[in-house]
Amino acid sequence: MENINLVAPEIFISLSLMSLLILGVFKENSSSVVYNLSIFTLFLSLLINLNLFSFNNLYLFNGAYKVDYLSNFMKFLIIVSGIFVMLSSSKYLKINKIFKIEYPILLLSSILGMFIMISSNDLMVFYLGLELQSLALYVLASFKRDDQLSSESGLKYFVLSALSSGLLLYGCSLIYGFSGSTNFDQISNNISGVQYGLTLGIVFILVGLAFKISAVPFHMWAPDVYQGSPTSVTIFFAILPKIAALSVFIRFLYVPFINLVDQWQTIIIFVSIASMVFGAVAAIGQKNLKRLMAYSSISHMGFALAGLSVGTNEGIQSSIIYISIYLMMNLAFFSCLFMLKRNDIYYEDLSDLSGLSKNHPILSLCLLISLFSLAGIPPLAGFFAKFYIFLAVIKEEMYFLAIVGLLSTVIAAFYYLRVIKTIYFDNQTEKFDINHDIGLKISLLVSTLIILIYFIYPSPLQTLISKIVIL
Amino acid sequence: MFEISLGHYLTLSAIIFTIGVAGIFLNRKNIIVILMSIELILLAVNINLVSFSVFLGDLTGQIFTLFILTVAAAEAAIGLAIIVVYFRNAGTIRVEEIDKLKG
Repeated sequence: MENINLVAPEIFISLSLMSLLILGVFKENSSSVVYNLSIFTLFLSLLINLNLFSFNNLYLFNGAYKVDYLSNFMKFLIIVSGIFVMLSSSKYLKINKIFKIEYPILLLSSILGMFIMISSNDLMVFYLGLELQSLALYVLASFKRDDQLSSESGLKYFVLSALSSGLLLYGCSLIYGFSGSTNFDQISNNISGVQYGLTLGIVFILVGLAFKISAVPFHMWAPDVYQGSPTSVTIFFAILPKIAALSVFIRFLYVPFINLVDQWQTIIIFVSIASMVFGAVAAIGQKNLKRLMAYSSISHMGFALAGLSVGTNEGIQSSIIYISIYLMMNLAFFSCLFMLKRNDIYYEDLSDLSGLSKNHPILSLCLLISLFSLAGIPPLAGFFAKFYIFLAVIKEEMYFLAIVGLLSTVIAAFYYLRVIKTIYFDNQTEKFDINHDIGLKISLLVSTLIILIYFIYPSPLQTLISKIVIL
Repeated sequence: MFEISLGHYLTLSAIIFTIGVAGIFLNRKNIIVILMSIELILLAVNINLVSFSVFLGDLTGQIFTLFILTVAAAEAAIGLAIIVVYFRNAGTIRVEEIDKLKG
């Protein structure tokens, strides 16, 4: 138990989440206090997390929990994006009358679940973390409970996510049965040769994980849930669960099943290619911006998985860089979406952007930067994210994957450019409000600046990530 | 005397699992049936884990089962709550009428 300080971020978040719940119940009209205190909690846990950054390869609770560079960095990403999501969405919540004490508490508990997922080194712990995260997300998706679209999206997410958890669990049970343990390291020791039971278990677990990051063919929930749930929840969905699921992908594929790489590599390559192509093609006809972003995120997850399919440290690192930059791009785009407000109504259709540049030049410029970056146009950060992935893929001579990736980038550029064309060259409509709160402005400014100046100074991110060595 | 081996338990759980998955995809009527199918899937997993645990002589599987039972209860509670919220807004829980979101 001497290493208990290694789980300090988790303990801190869970204690403060419970005390915030008590505060919210006993004090009337405390939603604003609870919201700000939750942001403060995340900020403090960021500091605690930074304090643990130098620890590597330490195990807790009989090897069920692992703290290393990967988990620390992924937790860092999650807290940072959590803080920005909460900063940018407070006004949206107030106007849509969903500014309740439960909201920040559910966010915190799903973040706690993600922490447990990221650090898990045991199937049981992993499952509990996953469920803690998902249970909070079900409620968040249907949080605007007077709205039929929101409750429908919550219902769809619940049914499909519960199904995927069931498949994942079936996979866990098969792996437990055929390897005799639930601990990742012991599974890796116990595996001798190819067994069909194990392969089947890996496939089931990959299905469950692919669902969580909405990779094709398990993407069908993403567009509906993105569109139906409140935008403040959509931005959360678009960023945080994907970071957590991606790091579980890394942990799961590269620790227990690294010797079965031939078994899972083809699956990951297929999922990656299908996601890249489908995400690019299906987004072309979309009118709703949130729906468009859902397809765009499917495509981006395809790229992140392409990095994982390589089977080298370089591939893993390029995937992690990809997800960090993806986080910033999505943050910038959704912050812009939060600014499309007129008389307390938020607009989210492509046609509402028509001629935006005439009335709001700065907002249009930010949208332009984030969309160019999402399309992967140099010298913005999105280009470098894709560049590292292709570099890692080509180094392992997987040319087909690289070519398909490049082609789907070209297709995807079409719909991003169409949005930009609508902003800059279509007829202008009415002005939007400009009285935004400071948190939203900060998150838009920070994310856009990071996208913009990443190419001048990429070394801090790269030195951090180059320390993450799994193999 | 006919002896029940691990294979029989696994077959049973595979059959229950398949019924559960098929129940989710084939069902066109009621969402409550989907909830029941999800429970079936989780129960199939539990049978799997307990039988593996007995045949391996290792307790981990049974502990895993207890966790799954707990989580399944929480999941069912949240699922029912979401269904109630949806019913208040839409006035129906027929699966084929849940189609406001599409494109």
